[in-house]
Amino acid sequence: MSTATAPAETKTPSKDKALLSNRAKAERRLGWKLAGPAFIVMVAVTAWPILQAIWLSFFRYRLTDPDAREFVFLGNYSVIFTDPVFYQALRNTLLITVVTVAVELVLGFAIAMLMHRVVLPRRTLRTIVLIPYSIITVVSAFAWLYSFRTDTGYVNHWLNTITFGAWDSAFDWFGSWAPAMSVIMVSEIWKTTPFMSLLLLAGLAQIDGAMEEAAKVDGATFWQRLFKVILPNMKAAIMVAVLFRTLDAFRIFDNVFIMTRGANDTETLSTLAYKQTIDRVEIGMGSALSVVLFLMVFAIALIFIKGFNVDLAGSRK
Amino acid sequence: MDATPKQKWSLFAVSIPVMLWTLIPLFWIFSLAVKPSSIQADGKYVPREITWDNFRLILTGGASDLFLPALRNSIIVCLLATLISVVLAMFCAYAIARLDFPGKKMILLVALGVSFFPVISLVTPLFDLWRNIGLFDTIPGLVIPYLSLTLPLSIWVLSAFFQQIPWEMEQAAQVDGATSWQAFRKVIVPLAAPGVFTTAIITFFTAWNDFVFAISLTSDNARTVPAALAFFTGASQFEQPTGAISAAAVIVTIPVVILVLIFQKRIVAGLTSGAVKG
Repeated sequence: MSTATAPAETKTPSKDKALLSNRAKAERRLGWKLAGPAFIVMVAVTAWPILQAIWLSFFRYRLTDPDAREFVFLGNYSVIFTDPVFYQALRNTLLITVVTVAVELVLGFAIAMLMHRVVLPRRTLRTIVLIPYSIITVVSAFAWLYSFRTDTGYVNHWLNTITFGAWDSAFDWFGSWAPAMSVIMVSEIWKTTPFMSLLLLAGLAQIDGAMEEAAKVDGATFWQRLFKVILPNMKAAIMVAVLFRTLDAFRIFDNVFIMTRGANDTETLSTLAYKQTIDRVEIGMGSALSVVLFLMVFAIALIFIKGFNVDLAGSRK
Repeated sequence: MDATPKQKWSLFAVSIPVMLWTLIPLFWIFSLAVKPSSIQADGKYVPREITWDNFRLILTGGASDLFLPALRNSIIVCLLATLISVVLAMFCAYAIARLDFPGKKMILLVALGVSFFPVISLVTPLFDLWRNIGLFDTIPGLVIPYLSLTLPLSIWVLSAFFQQIPWEMEQAAQVDGATSWQAFRKVIVPLAAPGVFTTAIITFFTAWNDFVFAISLTSDNARTVPAALAFFTGASQFEQPTGAISAAAVIVTIPVVILVLIFQKRIVAGLTSGAVKG
């Protein structure tokens, strides 16, 4: 019987706080003994590096010349915020985030609806849809890179065929900003739409089928049912999925690194931070960029949770 | 809601483009892997000729000393990270699902916060620190940062699984005369094992996918597959590594696809219960 009543007990801890029995105290101790190690490891592997990053970001510190390490306080930050390269990376990151999340939401929702209703290749469809999620992002990036490349690709040939030769089959997709960004986004969308649609599928599954049936009986069209019944009822699932994907897209690195390495102004915040740290061994500047990126991710999460009332822990009951 | 035959077939028709969209890039990688280098740039989607040269090149030939150690490193690092995360998460999730103690919700929120962490933000300080204390380019030097990816995920997914377990069955078994150990082994372990297993698969996928840590914190000795792929060179300096990279990509993708084929249902349950119902 313990599980059936446990949630009710956890909701009212204040009432019996005064009369904590020995048993309850022992339970608390055991709880932290069991959960503590995981908690400590989790905090240690993230809190320590980020504190270190904040500290290092106040220095002009290059690994090749460690003796010239010099305290510059916010110097690195003022360099970042006056550098057009940073703003280009920020614009690219925001563009990728907004476009991919928007496309994935629509596409992911359509696929979720399909997976929810489809009868015939139900299992096959779900399995195939899951594959992009499970393969390595670098592999997906190479697959798309090689598809669009002028030398090894087939996309130019296909476009040439379907436009009856109007498309230049030697078109260089990675030669300029707009096409390169498009391919990066296509790859990102292909790789992560399955995750989005699975989250939305779970939201769809929670909707009471009778409600939709009732709307149908009352003569509601498909679009009316979609916007008046289905979508309002899965608002929570949509918000969680959008939040997860937004924060994930904002960190985009693998696709950009494999496809362009930031050439033709396709740099994103993550690749910029990587270049400063690893290629140029500018530890101070790299740390400052890391802190900026961290704060931005933090701000986005805060906006979602406070602004849109995404209840992440509350949904766990 | 029963679908009419007409609906059934129209949904079937819609699912075909979805499946094609998913499979086209995958088949292309396979296609490039088996194309002989002479026709690699012919732009034909389906190869006219098939050769296993690229697989030979990376498994036994000139590129094998690059690919095989990377494959070994990937397997070791990911298994270690998965094992450590799942074991730690098992205790943690058990406590969250079964015990009443203050800070439960906080642990879950911290796990969520950590999983939102921009990976690159950890790289810069770790790069500096690892160089100073000699963990740069070592297996533990990768396993430790991997925990920041895998541990929160394991905790989150596993506690969702554990909360669905009917724990009262353990007491029922004890009432029926089973010892505590028997009740645990015969009742709880079979109930919990699928959740633990699924969590391990999802955790492994996440570690297997990592690229940022792998290219930043290794140079030769501990390089994993995704990082090795990015720095592959052809059989000679003048040859494009396209075929070799594709063959390597196929090799590391096949086991993952097999896992998905077998455990599709569980992986979906794990991903969604961990994230939505939370």
